[in-house]
Amino acid sequence: MPTGLDHSGRLPAAYHAAGTSSFSEFLGNVAPELLPGRRPLPPGMAADVSAHATTIVAIICADGVLMGGDRRATMGNLIAQRDIEKVFAADAYSLVGMAGTAGFGLEMMRLFQVELEHYEKIESSMLSLEGKANRLASMVRNNLGAAMQGLAVVPLFAGFDLDAKSVDKAGRIFSFDVAGGVYEERGYDSIGSGSLFAKSSLKKRYRPGVTTDEAVKLAIEALYDAADDDTATGGPDLLRGIFPVIMTATVEGTRRLSDDETRAVAEQIIAERTENPGS
Amino acid sequence: MQFYASPEQIMRDRSEYARKGIARGRSVVVLSYEGGVLFVAENLSTALHKVSEIYDRIGFAAVGRYPEFENLRSAGVRLADLHGYSYGRRDVTGRQIANAYARTLGAIFTQEQKPYEVEICVAEAGATAAEDELYRITYDGSVQDEPGLVTMGGQSDTISGAVKTRLRPDQTLAEALKLAVEGLASVGGESGQPRKLAANQLEVAVLDRARPGRTFRRLTGLALTAILEDAAAAKIEDVEEGLEDKPQPPASSSTPADNASGGTEEDDSADTE
Repeated sequence: MPTGLDHSGRLPAAYHAAGTSSFSEFLGNVAPELLPGRRPLPPGMAADVSAHATTIVAIICADGVLMGGDRRATMGNLIAQRDIEKVFAADAYSLVGMAGTAGFGLEMMRLFQVELEHYEKIESSMLSLEGKANRLASMVRNNLGAAMQGLAVVPLFAGFDLDAKSVDKAGRIFSFDVAGGVYEERGYDSIGSGSLFAKSSLKKRYRPGVTTDEAVKLAIEALYDAADDDTATGGPDLLRGIFPVIMTATVEGTRRLSDDETRAVAEQIIAERTENPGS
Repeated sequence: MQFYASPEQIMRDRSEYARKGIARGRSVVVLSYEGGVLFVAENLSTALHKVSEIYDRIGFAAVGRYPEFENLRSAGVRLADLHGYSYGRRDVTGRQIANAYARTLGAIFTQEQKPYEVEICVAEAGATAAEDELYRITYDGSVQDEPGLVTMGGQSDTISGAVKTRLRPDQTLAEALKLAVEGLASVGGESGQPRKLAANQLEVAVLDRARPGRTFRRLTGLALTAILEDAAAAKIEDVEEGLEDKPQPPASSSTPADNASGGTEEDDSADTE
């Protein structure tokens, strides 16, 4: 990895440049080949080169926001991975999930996490929630070339806004399109191939001001409905003990629900469906 | 008329200049305790920091000229994040950062018109106090590995002397903080008397070894005043020669601190308000 140390032993000027706190900009100066958007792609559609990951849901609840994602990654008709993780804590108070090409998505998540951490360390203060959403949007925009060739990545971003006037307004969700547009969503949102089914499910069940526990149930149920109609979305796997990743962002920070907690809710939903299949 | 200065003279002048600049500033103490690594700096500013986070288990402390060490701090953070991103988070070590600083400061010392008037400490919290790594990098790029304790700034030798006699690797945070604050307060007073340092004159941070991921944590506001009160009530005895596993003294909550004075002339009266 070229750090470009010259013979004098000093770090290159880019390390001492003032006025930039962005890790991506710094990477662009020092090691541009590590930036996702800079690598040239050969022409042609490349959708089946990497696994695709699907269906993330995000719900605003009374004390923050919740995000859940299924665990399946597919490559054409094959299941590439049964327990892929698509929802991550972007930093102490925000969550990010990705749908689309798994390889690029994971890289984008990782770069985003480092970007936020880097800014916080250089500036000694956290970015605002809109600032974080903007940074993520520019990363998505940089991937447009690859997206046009079938390697699209679309994230979903949600966080607890520490500057909000009250806790019930602190949970916020931002969605993106491949061109890098940022859209703030109300109530709930979903992305991925199963998102239409998940959103239909949430449309009927969601009420503003739901508690976190209710939101967990809504999210797992939405993912269950998505898995029911979309082959690329995985439902709860009781046999192997693989359940959706559910994370929350509240005033206390981000938290991932344990497997036991999600298992309990998933089993409850399955039991309810068994008794009443149409609901 | 031509002037000639021998290289030794030039280097000596530069060293003198840098040392004077560093000695003018207030001091910093970095030490290992049972729960991690403690940084205590005498710093009147709340916005400008002398102690910072570099990476998950790596912290940075500096004395001297602010713009210069602030520049180095950012460079260190960038180096750490770049390395961690290209390889993995566990691949970033304190030694790497210390070496990078050593090379940079060494090059600046020999090549630039003016040396950087800074002294830097890079500390990495290990799994136990014995595995902590504390490095001191001086203005000319020399690195020293000083396990357990690093003091920097004006009169750092006096502070070091005051702290070393009572330093043990298994101290609690309150005890370590007490040691560090008393060390800083032992210099700079009128006619050699120890000072009282309050929370608003200190910048305190720890690398909390038990925390997963990012271990750096600042102690500010109420958290700092609370732990300073615990510190004031803690008892620390001198480390006697030849005694290895000295049991920890219990921290009593109501009696004022009462040290066995084995050589230091501190008159340690009642605790902070």
